[in-house]
Amino acid sequence: MSSGYAIELRHITKTFGSQVIANKDVTLSVRKGEILALLGENGSGKTTLMNMIAGIYYPDCGEIIIDEDAIEIRNPRDAFAHGIGMVHQHFKLVDVFTALENIALITDKDEKYDLKSIRKRAQAICEEYAFDLDLDQKVYEMSVSQKQTLEIVKVLIRNVNRLILDEPTAALTPQETEKLFSVMRRRRENGKSIIIITHKLHEVLAISDRVAILRKGEYIDTVDTATATESSLTDMMVGEKVTLDIARDEPVNPTKRLSIHNLSITNPEGIRVLNDVSFDAYGGEILGIAGISGNGQKELLEAIAGLQITEQGASIEYFPAEPEGHTEQLIGKTPREIRNLGVHLSFVPEDRLGMGLVGAMGMTDNMMLKSYNKGATPLADRRSPRQLAEEIKSELKIVTPSVSTPVSRLSGGNVQKVLVGREIAAAPSVLMTAYAVRGLDINTSYTIYNLLCEQKRKGVAIVYVGEDLDVLIDLCDRILVLCGGHCNGIVDARHTTKEEIGLLMTKLKEGAENE
Amino acid sequence: MSNHANHAVHEPFVRVVKRDRIRFSGKVVIRLVAILLALLVDALFILCVTGLNPISVYTTMFDGTFGTMRRFVTSLRDWAPLLLIGIALAPAFMMRFWNIGAEGQVLMGAMGTALVMVYGAPVMSTPVLFICMFVSAVVLGALWGLIPAAFKAKFGTNETLFTLMMNYVAIKIVSSFYNKWRGTASALGKLNKATEAGWFPKMNILGVNASYGITVIVTVIMVFLMYAYLKYTKQGYEIAVVGESVNTARYAGINVGKVIVRTMLISGALCGFTGFLVVAGSDQTISATTAGGNGFTAIIVAWLAKFNTFYMVLISFLLTFLDKGATQIASSYANLNDYAADIIKGIILFFILGSEFFIHYNLVFRGKKKEG
Amino acid sequence: MDMLIAWLVRTIAFGTIIMYGALGETLTEKGGNLNLGVPGIMYLGGFSGFAGAYLYEISVANPNMVLAAVIALVCGISASMLGGLIYSFLTITLRANQNVTGLALSIFGKGVANFFGAYMLNGKIATQTNVYHVFHANIPALAKIPFIGPVLFGHGFMVYAAIILAILMNHFLKRTRAGLNLRAVGENTATADASGVNVMRYKYLATCIGAGISGLGGFCYVLDYNNGIWATTDQIEALGWLAVALVIFSTWKPLSAIWGSYLFGLLYWLYQFLPSILGLTVSSQFTDLVQMTPYVVTIVVLSITSIRKKRENQPPAALGLAYFREDR
Repeated sequence: MSSGYAIELRHITKTFGSQVIANKDVTLSVRKGEILALLGENGSGKTTLMNMIAGIYYPDCGEIIIDEDAIEIRNPRDAFAHGIGMVHQHFKLVDVFTALENIALITDKDEKYDLKSIRKRAQAICEEYAFDLDLDQKVYEMSVSQKQTLEIVKVLIRNVNRLILDEPTAALTPQETEKLFSVMRRRRENGKSIIIITHKLHEVLAISDRVAILRKGEYIDTVDTATATESSLTDMMVGEKVTLDIARDEPVNPTKRLSIHNLSITNPEGIRVLNDVSFDAYGGEILGIAGISGNGQKELLEAIAGLQITEQGASIEYFPAEPEGHTEQLIGKTPREIRNLGVHLSFVPEDRLGMGLVGAMGMTDNMMLKSYNKGATPLADRRSPRQLAEEIKSELKIVTPSVSTPVSRLSGGNVQKVLVGREIAAAPSVLMTAYAVRGLDINTSYTIYNLLCEQKRKGVAIVYVGEDLDVLIDLCDRILVLCGGHCNGIVDARHTTKEEIGLLMTKLKEGAENE
Repeated sequence: MSNHANHAVHEPFVRVVKRDRIRFSGKVVIRLVAILLALLVDALFILCVTGLNPISVYTTMFDGTFGTMRRFVTSLRDWAPLLLIGIALAPAFMMRFWNIGAEGQVLMGAMGTALVMVYGAPVMSTPVLFICMFVSAVVLGALWGLIPAAFKAKFGTNETLFTLMMNYVAIKIVSSFYNKWRGTASALGKLNKATEAGWFPKMNILGVNASYGITVIVTVIMVFLMYAYLKYTKQGYEIAVVGESVNTARYAGINVGKVIVRTMLISGALCGFTGFLVVAGSDQTISATTAGGNGFTAIIVAWLAKFNTFYMVLISFLLTFLDKGATQIASSYANLNDYAADIIKGIILFFILGSEFFIHYNLVFRGKKKEG
Repeated sequence: MDMLIAWLVRTIAFGTIIMYGALGETLTEKGGNLNLGVPGIMYLGGFSGFAGAYLYEISVANPNMVLAAVIALVCGISASMLGGLIYSFLTITLRANQNVTGLALSIFGKGVANFFGAYMLNGKIATQTNVYHVFHANIPALAKIPFIGPVLFGHGFMVYAAIILAILMNHFLKRTRAGLNLRAVGENTATADASGVNVMRYKYLATCIGAGISGLGGFCYVLDYNNGIWATTDQIEALGWLAVALVIFSTWKPLSAIWGSYLFGLLYWLYQFLPSILGLTVSSQFTDLVQMTPYVVTIVVLSITSIRKKRENQPPAALGLAYFREDR
């Protein structure tokens, strides 16, 4: 009776404002009884596309077709009515509710409200798939993996025919991931369809039947998993194989700038996100930090910047260029105290508009962010920041109507140039960047790489947190690999391979496991 | 599972899309249309309820403020405190700190002033007396701002609810002293009636002899000072950063708790100062209604003006104009009374508040779906 | 003894007013809307109830008092709900700032009540409707039992209705699907939305019904507590803020609002009764200081809950925030 497609998307486009095109003319489909992996880099529009099927966003144009009918999904209720359910990457859970109440919230609104029977059904699902879930536990007391499990139980109880999973394995252990995969396989056998978003290639190969690839909001292709390999998928994901041509010099006369010992951090949820990390960073060198995102990179940089509370016994020593032999302990100091010590620490955080810049302010005011307090007058000096803004604007070719236009109106690449430009203008001795090229086009990325190399030549100690292994290998001098908050090894970038780093990223080395 | 809503699901009739930006002229047009619509609804209301010709009613309202020089000057008396409180709230609101406690902060300022007037007047020389009145008012107002700010900074206590409650504590404290001072009299008359100690000297404003001249002048000065404070000083910059993003503020090394406390000290002190001006300048007495609800109305003024003190001048003047106009029509037409002002004000505020939506969002109607 | 009885009777009557106000506001806030227009809504409810009964009384030769009471209730509740509807449209559909809209509604409600009230008064200081007899009706046999009678059974039906309403609301919030959905909307609107809850409908209904209930507070004040007398008044405004305080004091729990409201009533009227019970004379300035205690106690509760950070006692997490699904 039907074409065999569970969901078809035709010519879907979605924009946010005039700057952001999240999806452009995307056409793809998922068959009945199939697991489709949706693959793409960060910012390639996977989540936005799926949110349109789930009724969170409404497309600017295009059609969603289910069972050969073009349908309108105006809200999540419409999606449920069509048997579509989604596990969102950012948990959709009510913190003060128990697990059971959260499950009850998603059950069919026309169904009789009977917590006892919902409990029974939830227990049955937990037993069937051997999920470990305390139904009476409040969500705010749960760990990330417990929350993820709860999300999966929630969507199973709703028993949808068309299931979307957005990065469901990010917080799961390998064992839990395997449980989830067995759930998925069983549902496939029952003729149900699943779309899974992930960027872990081995998972794509292990679980999916076909793989659809998005790049920069555009649909690239769908291939059968059986014929795909990690490298063929990577090629499609990142586009033409770019031979990186980064002008990497040998470090000249590297001198120790930072020495970090036994750095551990437990986050407010009680999870140990950084575990006994020790390393040194040298001036005139780029130290890369590799790792699957969320493995402690953010906390590591923030700790050095004075924005994290560290555990007892940690030490972050700074060695100024002069007087030689002098050291400053940065632990327990606020960003301002660190600055007042004369430590020129620049930091390009991951969250550009939420942390590094003020979106509602123009370039000039953003230039002032870390320097506004200079001078003895109560008045803030805007003249030199404006000059600086103009200089950076012309030097980095930032596209903006004026230096007073709110930076949130600029495109992602220009926003990043403003941020990096400011941090470099501060003449740092240590420069930390987190995902500096995420979401940027190739030209802007190269601008950033070149800026970093230039700083390295000036003798700056650079810490570069990245996700693209090719870039890390070609740009950095040494690469520290984080895994589960542990330092899983430091390798020489000139003599390593992607495979070696990939292994360090996913498998905790012997001896580091005992927690 | 197949409750399959195939029955012709259509594109929604209208969808809401966030606007990217809007031109200044667009904002002005939207707000003007809102005010005109509100006046139209108000006219309809006047017509339906009273059968009076709205145009002549509006003319009479106009006379309430502009009819005579005396009326205009009296309007200034009522306008100044409202504006000054709005100015006091600007830094707090810019920091996204919901100071709903201006009423109480003004009252505590008034209280501080009155305390010195009652107990200090016999033993102090005039300049000392005024200095003490001023200091006492500012300190008490600032204290009323400090308490909720400290809790917010330290424990994250909800400041909206905290400051709201502080109003009524202040009202009751003032009532208590009011009752103590009035003794057996039915009302507390002017303080220091015989000596006029602690009263502002009368001065000539636009041909009218009034004691609140200082209030008006100070208010006008504060419009410029607060504008400059927020726009040109380091502290103003800190306030703006904290208001936009606490995370960015921390990243920049700003001590967020300190900024919250400092800003609320300023906000509270300025409210207290307003109380001082009202007691010494216009009322020469105190009661629980000294602030007269201005503490609440000023919240609306400050919010609608988006922390720009010059816009506040316009909005507070519009509200005062409506108040005065309503008093005027109440005395001119038998079947209208003072409270018409609250209704008219309410309707105008509703329309202005509603119009903000059209500044931030666009409506996309069915069939306007862009193709390809 | 008589003094004690009088104190308790006054406490309960007074407590009922703010209990209604607080219950309505609790429902509204559970849906994530902080409506600071409670005073205005209570004005609308009180005045419209009075006006309905009064107009009926003067327009009919032999007014039926029960019918008058029904008319009053219908008028009072619907006017309050209209007030809630204005607020809902502005804050939910047009996403206007909730605090500011609430305050504007307070101004508006007070204006409407006193403006049209002045018509009814027609120059007089106060007017009365006889409908209050219905609201005072009790079971005489029970009410005559010494001590217990007047305290427990001597009140009109609105007093008992308030308690029943609180219990029902507790049941609704804790034991029903709609209650669960509403709480989810107030705690985490995006989650409720993604779970298929019709967020708009819940917010509108909670705010409008909440306003209807809050309005009953003003209604009780005029037609029950004040013996059906309407006079231009500022008193209702103070009661409205007290109701908002009670919501915080009860940490958004309807059952706590029951004893909380009586505690507030007890404290509010303490100045008049306790001194005479103890045989003391206290000067009038202490009256106000004693009346201050409900607010002080509320501040203490608010501070302590924020210091202890017990999640269940916090305001609904999405309180005061406008919701737009496509926000990222």
